[in-house]
Amino acid sequence: MKKPDLRDSTQTTLSRRSFLKSGTVAAGAFVFGFSFPLARPAFANAEATEVNAWIVVEPDDTVIIRIARIEMGQGALTGLAQLVAEELECDWSRVQFELVKPGENLSRGKVWQNQSTGGSRAIRGSQAYLRQAGARARAMLLAAAAEDMNVPEAECEVHQGRITHGPSGRSVSFGQVAHAAQRFTPPEEVPLKDPSEWTLVGKDVKRLDTRDKLNGSLVYGMDFTLPGMLVAVPKACPVHGGTLKQFNAEAVKSMPGVKHVLRVDDESVAVVADTFWHAKKALDALPIEWDEGPNATVSSDDIAKLLAEGLSDETAYIGNQIGDAKTVLADSDQVIEADYQYPFQNHAQMEPLCATVRFDENRCEMWGPTQVPESALATLAEASGLPQTQCEVHTMRIGGSFGRRLATDYVKQATLIAKQIPGTPVKMMWTREEDMAQGRFHPVTQCRLRATLGEDKNLKALHMRISGQSIMAYAMPQAMGPSGDPIIFQGLDPEGDMAFGYSVPNLLVDYAMRNTHIRPGFWRGVNLNQNALYMECFIDELAHASDTDPLVFRQRLMAKHPQHLAVLNAAADGIGWDTTPPKGVGRGIAQVKGFGSYVAAAAEVSVDNGTLKIHRIVAATDPGYVVNPQQVEAQVAGSFVYGLSPLLYSECTVESGRIKQSNFHDYRVMLLQDMPEVEVITVATGGFWGGVGEPTIAVAAPAVLNAIFAATGKRIRSVPIKNSDLMA
Amino acid sequence: MKLTVNGVQREVDVEGDTPLLWVLREELGLTGTKFGCGIAVCGACTVHIDGVAQRSCALPVSLLQASQKITTIEGLAENADHPVQQAWAELDVPQCGYCQSGMMMAAASLLSQNPSPSEAQIRSHITNICRCGTYPRVLKGVQIASEHLANKGAAPQNEKA
Repeated sequence: MKKPDLRDSTQTTLSRRSFLKSGTVAAGAFVFGFSFPLARPAFANAEATEVNAWIVVEPDDTVIIRIARIEMGQGALTGLAQLVAEELECDWSRVQFELVKPGENLSRGKVWQNQSTGGSRAIRGSQAYLRQAGARARAMLLAAAAEDMNVPEAECEVHQGRITHGPSGRSVSFGQVAHAAQRFTPPEEVPLKDPSEWTLVGKDVKRLDTRDKLNGSLVYGMDFTLPGMLVAVPKACPVHGGTLKQFNAEAVKSMPGVKHVLRVDDESVAVVADTFWHAKKALDALPIEWDEGPNATVSSDDIAKLLAEGLSDETAYIGNQIGDAKTVLADSDQVIEADYQYPFQNHAQMEPLCATVRFDENRCEMWGPTQVPESALATLAEASGLPQTQCEVHTMRIGGSFGRRLATDYVKQATLIAKQIPGTPVKMMWTREEDMAQGRFHPVTQCRLRATLGEDKNLKALHMRISGQSIMAYAMPQAMGPSGDPIIFQGLDPEGDMAFGYSVPNLLVDYAMRNTHIRPGFWRGVNLNQNALYMECFIDELAHASDTDPLVFRQRLMAKHPQHLAVLNAAADGIGWDTTPPKGVGRGIAQVKGFGSYVAAAAEVSVDNGTLKIHRIVAATDPGYVVNPQQVEAQVAGSFVYGLSPLLYSECTVESGRIKQSNFHDYRVMLLQDMPEVEVITVATGGFWGGVGEPTIAVAAPAVLNAIFAATGKRIRSVPIKNSDLMA
Repeated sequence: MKLTVNGVQREVDVEGDTPLLWVLREELGLTGTKFGCGIAVCGACTVHIDGVAQRSCALPVSLLQASQKITTIEGLAENADHPVQQAWAELDVPQCGYCQSGMMMAAASLLSQNPSPSEAQIRSHITNICRCGTYPRVLKGVQIASEHLANKGAAPQNEKA
């Protein structure tokens, strides 16, 4: 440990005042320059010490851990804090959190690294530097304590937020030495604990962010308020790509509470009023004329035809190729073939899109939800015309997101509205109808699978052709390469986080890109959802075609994929695959690797009089390490709502160029009464860090579809199954 | 007009067609009750009116009488210690939490009418939408709250009427 650096430490001490701390009701109170009372005097506690960027210690031993990634329900906030606290050796019962803002992150040289939260990366993408941050802070506190007690560091131990000198038994707390600790510079790399030594990581601790969700006091973006704030409710052309021709502001200007009727940009208009209700009423009454553009007549049938052409297109991007599947299939007289499809989906997160923006000529700030704080800041700067250094995004915990707020369209919109009313904070709130119409939709795809079996009944050749929309071509065109969309083959890749788990001697997985005017986006599980459905249902078809048990058929293809296989077997054991199911009950199974984790599911279903009943699902997952098992359980069980809603009910269709579904009455999602019993098996084999939020979604639907076949002999290749007649 | 909210009589000056949700949120500052759909489907806006769960987002405030007792999540219990809130804390039920005010209000209403609901009754009675997928813990939470109530030997009485 180096000797203290005696630079003035006030700067870092003061910087924490601008942070948002847990447990506050008046979220905006101290993060902005308005002079209304702070919710708790403790915020002004200048005695609190920033030990390092991630860790603030207060004199009363409260440890505040800073959270740079976004909490949107997935529980990452608690897991991230556990990772820091594990190495810090603090008292977990004294841990609180505060959220990092991207402007501050930028001004401090990205000391909090990447804040973007998607791709099930919050934990696995942060764990190394967070554990290191905890360890380095511990080293600083230890050094300060040793100096304070005038004893050698080597004779001291840290436990539960206290540093104890072994020989004398004397001890000091983190709060007592934090200020002094700040002057020490720890080594660049402090050795981390071996996972076997973890006492907090891997344990079922309660979430840190529950209390204010139980009494209504958590301020979400929709709840945020500032003095003098107005509310804007926007509407964009319902046909994506269309434009706003004109609107008659005079018709609504005298309605109660209406302050402004504004053109936001080429495609949207907004009513600004004193309340949401006044703004919405006026917007509903506002005469608007759209130029719906060339897509005004497009229907789901047109899109289906476009995609179907791609199924047999000669040219395609290749994602995975072994041997010569095309030739083997051409030479075979027994080709098994099936076409599948998966529709558009809306995220339908419970909190509709919103953002509060205050703009003046020197500063532009946003309070609201985003999964990509850095992009939101860049959007704010671009839309306001101010440099990023004069902008800030006050991040918040989000009312569900599932990928929708990886896009910043609504941030731009809110900024363009606020920019027209300088000095006045404006909270832009979308209606559910706007949220349904202007989503960033789970892409629509179709798939043609063709295969032939060898004399040994094993899979000899397989060609999987995906045709449909590319998210990346729309959302991140800069990432498109000569091999096309880099994420289109999730779960089918030759290797890596999304590696295919079967050995097929002749394999071709390819993709014909067919983009539509409907704007696509990253929807929890992304392309893994439909890829796993297509592959796992077709593998089931092949198993039945070869008169082989679907589990055994898979196992034979998986000898070189032991980690995939272990999870598959865990799911099979969990459901009791080797036992005879009750009469009328069918079992199905599916596996995939996605977002760095191996997952599998097995389902038991019955169909009575055309009505499907899902009795039971067993989900197995191997994410390598598990930080908080009870939260992994919540994620996996909860993910089935996202996996099974599209299987049972939900789809977005296109009519007259626009999304037909407008709210939860026609975009139906799972309810409590639909929720099957989900048994979660966590197989944490260690040695790698996989994601948890997304992968298991993908195995839900194919496991159930395969179980439906086992129960009824009916093969469903198009979801949602509400469109299929299970009686037929 | 006058409203009785969480045991306190409040005077609000709004148009009669304003849904109760927006009176609570924008006039009275009670933002614990959430906006989710605006068509009384998702249940994020669930409050109690005279002890019974109602969706507030499509309920014109003019239909309410000053004598009717409106209870929001903020007034469900002193110190947020209603058996449902306690069970929710015990099980870490909320994920994003946005639907949970409504979910807990629906659960509390169910238990006040039927202190020992069967699993099937819980499933059919609670029709609130949760997109994070907290349903398994919601189910268990209602069951645990029901057990707490049975141990206390009484239905919840601590609502700020």
